[in-house]
Amino acid sequence: MKRLIFLLILPCLVVNANAQKYMTKNGFIGFYGHTPMEDIKADNNQVASVLDISTGELVFQVLIKSFHFDRALMEEHFNENYMESDKVPKSIFKGRITNLSSVDFKKIGSYDVTVEGDLTIHDVTNKITTKGSIEVISEGINANSKFNIVPEDYKINIPGLVRDKIAKSLEVTVTMKYSPLPSK
Amino acid sequence: MKQLSVFILIVLFPSLLLAQDDLMNLLNQNTAPETNYTTATFKSTRIINGHSIERMLPGQLDFRISHRFGMLNSGAYNLYGLDGPANMHFSLEYGIFNWLMIGVGRGSYEKTFDGFTKFSILRQSTGVREMPVSVSVFTSAALNSLKWTDTSRTNYFSSRLSYTAQILVARKFSQGFSFQLTPSFVHRNLVGTELDPNDLYAIGAGGRIKLSKRISLNAEYYWLLNANNQYMSQPIYNPLSIGVDIETGGHVFQIMLTNSLAMIEKGFIGETTGQWRHRDIHLGFNISRVFTLKKYPQKKQ
Repeated sequence: MKRLIFLLILPCLVVNANAQKYMTKNGFIGFYGHTPMEDIKADNNQVASVLDISTGELVFQVLIKSFHFDRALMEEHFNENYMESDKVPKSIFKGRITNLSSVDFKKIGSYDVTVEGDLTIHDVTNKITTKGSIEVISEGINANSKFNIVPEDYKINIPGLVRDKIAKSLEVTVTMKYSPLPSK
Repeated sequence: MKQLSVFILIVLFPSLLLAQDDLMNLLNQNTAPETNYTTATFKSTRIINGHSIERMLPGQLDFRISHRFGMLNSGAYNLYGLDGPANMHFSLEYGIFNWLMIGVGRGSYEKTFDGFTKFSILRQSTGVREMPVSVSVFTSAALNSLKWTDTSRTNYFSSRLSYTAQILVARKFSQGFSFQLTPSFVHRNLVGTELDPNDLYAIGAGGRIKLSKRISLNAEYYWLLNANNQYMSQPIYNPLSIGVDIETGGHVFQIMLTNSLAMIEKGFIGETTGQWRHRDIHLGFNISRVFTLKKYPQKKQ
């Protein structure tokens, strides 16, 4: 009987002791595009993301209206004319770390990873693969990545009039500081 | 015993195998719902002549130049008004706080200097905080700087002044359609004769239909409540304007047909002498160019 109770409790203990899921609600995603006529730069410090270190799966949720530009008018046009934020308020990413075995989440250090998954922007989903790094620190996990996206791939229509001002490809920077999600 | 441990494994194992969708649900459970404020109810701070609910955000400067050409019924010799006489108005308008913008301007109509403040009281929103309409309060003062026509009598400086107060109530019904009601009050310190009322009351209505993402069709009408043309020294009519907004990045071009010549409230509400049915119509345009003087502050969350 004692062994039975032990067996019952053990799995629960394992789940509680090793936090499997890490979360952040104020991760950073920014993008930058440069043309001789205009630089376009926006920051979003309210990105929500969950990383499951047991499976390497991770998801991101980005509220489009939380992207802030230096120029208020640019921000309005971004939401109104390009992203149509009232119709499509969120962008999401669902993916996983493909080389999970090369990361030791128990050992403090920095690890190079490859992430692949589905990126949905403006209701258009594309498969992307990108390189990044996972940094295991004592308080949690940091994740960083940089990749390029092409607005046209997501049916974001840029009219001829302003095509010279908006870069064909935008550099996206992702900086996440995850902390363990207490299991309920 | 063995059976039991297998059973326990089966029961507990799925919790370790959360799929991405479950991660997404987890994310949704852990993020608070937000208030989503409506933006871009109109493309510009004017519907056509009158102010719209739109405001300059803090640190943004709007430089506006507006023209109203001569009357369409002046014929081909006058190129339907394009040869003039044209009226112009230019202004600098600035957002101080998220809820306050101010502006100063000068118009050739009665050589008028004008200044205004616009307070954003309520903003249309959905989500945590639901608000069906946006409401702003607009106040302005105008100074007529024409030389006195009658220098034999005592002319007071205050006689040059007139004031306007408006409540702007607007709703963006959909991406394509916005509508605004504008109860207005105009006070003139000095009027032409004692038959003319010093105080005028009017209700404005204006709306826009988007033709494409960057082009919208606008219309605006002010209904004068207490003008009695039988007795007034100069008959005045309700201003009706129809126009198109074209937005090109930092500029908004507004091109319109209107029966009023003035581009400030006191003028187009109280002194519109032209009538559409007599084709006393002016072609006109407003050009708005927005400059960023200060970085737009990030919203706190």
